[in-house]
Amino acid sequence: MDQGVDGDGVAVSQRVGESESQRVDESASQRSAESLIRRIAPWLGVSIFLGLFFFYPLARILWLGLNPASLSGLGISSLRFTFDVLLFTFYQAFLSTLLTLLIGLPAAYLFARFVFRGKSLLRLLTAIPFMLPTVVVAAGFNALLGPRGWVNLGLMKLFGLEAAPIVFVYTLWAILLAHVFYNTTIVIRVVGNALAHLDPRLEQAARLLGADARRTFWRVTLPLLRPSILAAVLLVFLFDFTSFGVILLLGGPRFATLEVEIYMQAIQIFNLPLAAVLSFIQLLCTLAFSILYSRIVTRVAVTTAPRSAASNLRRARIWREKLFVGGVVVLLLTLFLLPMLSLPLRSIARLESARGERTSVTYGLTGDYYRELFVNRLGSLFYVPPFKALTNSLSYAALTVILSLALGFPVASALTRPGRLERFLDPFLMLPLGASAVTLGLGFIITFNRPLIAGHGSLITSPLLVPLAHTIIALPFVIRSLQPALASIPVRLRQAAATLGASPLRIWFMVDWPIVSRATLAAAIFAFTVSLGEFGATSLVSRPEYPTLPIAIYRFLSQPGGLNYGQAMAMATILMGVTGLGILLIERFRLPGAGEF
Amino acid sequence: MKRFFFLTILVSLSLAACAPKGPVTLTVMTHDSFAASADVVTAFEQANNVKVTFLKSGDTGAALNKAILTKDAPLADIFYGVDNTFLSRALEAGIYEPYASPLLANIPAEFQLDPQHRALPVDYGDVCINYDRAYFADHSLAVPQSLEELTRPEYKGLLVVENPATSSPGLAFLLATVKHFGSDGYLDYWRSLRVNGVVVVDGWETAYYTNFSASSGRGPQPMAVSYASSPAAEVVFAEMPLTESPTASILAPDACFRQVEFVGILNGTKNRSLAEKFVDFMLEVKFQEDMPLQMFVYPVNRDAGLPEEFVKYAQIPEQPARLDPAEIAANREKWIKAWTETVLR
Repeated sequence: MDQGVDGDGVAVSQRVGESESQRVDESASQRSAESLIRRIAPWLGVSIFLGLFFFYPLARILWLGLNPASLSGLGISSLRFTFDVLLFTFYQAFLSTLLTLLIGLPAAYLFARFVFRGKSLLRLLTAIPFMLPTVVVAAGFNALLGPRGWVNLGLMKLFGLEAAPIVFVYTLWAILLAHVFYNTTIVIRVVGNALAHLDPRLEQAARLLGADARRTFWRVTLPLLRPSILAAVLLVFLFDFTSFGVILLLGGPRFATLEVEIYMQAIQIFNLPLAAVLSFIQLLCTLAFSILYSRIVTRVAVTTAPRSAASNLRRARIWREKLFVGGVVVLLLTLFLLPMLSLPLRSIARLESARGERTSVTYGLTGDYYRELFVNRLGSLFYVPPFKALTNSLSYAALTVILSLALGFPVASALTRPGRLERFLDPFLMLPLGASAVTLGLGFIITFNRPLIAGHGSLITSPLLVPLAHTIIALPFVIRSLQPALASIPVRLRQAAATLGASPLRIWFMVDWPIVSRATLAAAIFAFTVSLGEFGATSLVSRPEYPTLPIAIYRFLSQPGGLNYGQAMAMATILMGVTGLGILLIERFRLPGAGEF
Repeated sequence: MKRFFFLTILVSLSLAACAPKGPVTLTVMTHDSFAASADVVTAFEQANNVKVTFLKSGDTGAALNKAILTKDAPLADIFYGVDNTFLSRALEAGIYEPYASPLLANIPAEFQLDPQHRALPVDYGDVCINYDRAYFADHSLAVPQSLEELTRPEYKGLLVVENPATSSPGLAFLLATVKHFGSDGYLDYWRSLRVNGVVVVDGWETAYYTNFSASSGRGPQPMAVSYASSPAAEVVFAEMPLTESPTASILAPDACFRQVEFVGILNGTKNRSLAEKFVDFMLEVKFQEDMPLQMFVYPVNRDAGLPEEFVKYAQIPEQPARLDPAEIAANREKWIKAWTETVLR
């Protein structure tokens, strides 16, 4: 592809939104009907999909609770209560997002700019938490920082203390740290990807003009990154805003977010009106954030000529760079390796204590837990052979990747030329992240308990519902990771190609594709991990015979006994391994024509 | 190309929805903890030329609510798993058709909480405080013999319970204290428990595997609210063969709450006679004797024997706490709210 359009890169202040839409308006007047179809077409897939599997079931369950008759029962006290919960939800999400940025941005810079040993492994490590079930993460944090965790036991031994000096579990800190642990990878992927492809000549020009490194960063690099930072902030914030498992398991019963309250009202107390009100508030907030995001992002978006990632990479040379690389690597290792380390360790460690003197516990190596995974000891109907759970998980993940890319790509492309339609629809794409999984689960049940097509079975019992549910949650990630990359492609490159006689298809393949192929990989990894970790999607579906790895983990942890615990840890280790391998494979996968991007 | 892809998805969806016509399918909606031996269920399928599908639909509350929300077009023929704390919600919603199974004759009257036989008892279990035998032996500490003793200073910070708002054993234990201290006295009791450092966690998994010192999680508390059958499970699922359980239950009067689980035929089933056969099957000795090691609950059928592990390691309290399901239904929200205010705020 032609990268010789040098001067373009410096057009930092060009405002894309306006200039491009003007261009579009001109062409629209020429062939209005055809262009209308062309504008609507990319939205068809997503609209049908989200309409049928998201908005419709959601509307039905909300209507059940929100209609005037059932609402009249709600009093002032429930409103005041709602306000308190809302306040805390905001508070913890705000702090969590801030902390995630604080760690994620330097990490993104590290991965985008420096070459160092073990880089791809470290990057992998930061991506794995994203799909770990909350029970497993809570177990990891407890093994590390719990009252009887390594840190506390070590400190107690060292200083001869009676009680654990660090109180971590069931504090706000546990919530915040777990959110950082889960979501830093979003910042690394979304911002890091943009940073890797920034045209280095912009920074070089600034340096030549006399700006020092700091000034260059604040005045050139950071402004250029704003769209991707905003996209990451939106995703992270929404994830924290709708947090459920982390709050329950690590925050403890003293903390409640909207999502936790919705669960209690909808499931435990069966107060559907209040649950619906809370879900509706959560949706409105999500919509408001998304609108705010799209408003800001169109104002700060800039097009540059993206460069190959390699041109931005270098080894740390001066001591300040070495200090930065070393510091961030140590920070990431501490944050990501330590909490996860206990899982594989416990999966091969047996507690060898003589019964009766358990205060001193010794560990012995064992492969029993893995061997036991293959044994259906009690002849249970619901025994899950590990290989089957694995293949189920992987097929769901593969379907989710294909489906969410197929639906997300046209929309993300359309969003780069925002007209009135795009600006209006954009925020709605984010709603799946803000919808309460519990509410949507009940909505699914009341919508799909009847067959879609007369004479057929109901969808709710079909295993296909699982990848569909995963796709609903993966879509916002896919769209948000593709969009900044697609938006960064200068129109001039396309025009130049067209002038030189390339067909639209050829232009797409030669200009767009090399630039977005990396973002496509990032999007695919998101979809892959979302599916493997199945956020809340489990509650959407009732599935009889296709259990996945996370389901198997939960099943082991629901009964007492050392063997069950060990097998859960073994299964979690397998899940971590598979996700790691999957991500590596996707990253290594050379897309045709992807080139150096 | 994209539209073509979407079409393929739609087509494959509708194809998947159109299941091939084989033997009749009987669908059983249940909670996630349901388990059974494969050969027991297969025997029923072969005897009746039927395919039984189990629809696991979340925890007890979630599964029940889903059954209630779909009662006009039920997803299943049978719903198993509603317990006595949720029974009234199920009965008031009218999800069940009455069925007076002949096997009810073998079930003690104390379990038959619905006189109209819409919900038929299948199993029971007692929510009790499990304790770490080694801890109490090591520390030469006496095991508490009543709910009252738990407020003594020597047990400070040693008990972990589940939040009744998010956990079914948590609610059961709260109900036990309501039964024992009365609805005007239980809050005072919880106030003293709070002063004595009771630890509250979200659910059973956390309480047992993170906080309980006798589990593999090696937590800080030697007493945890679990089930009277958990000591047997510790032996069955031991890392290395055990001759005695590392845990036992506190069986003081009213210290345990008895949970009874029910099955019923869903209103509007098209397979009424098969559904009746399945309900009978669940109450017959074969299935009843299969349950203990699969779900760690006790059979209600008098004729059903217990597996060796249960006889040896699980205990049945002589005087478990019981409350009328209607009373639970009427007060559940109130009690939980008051408890939350007292213990958590």
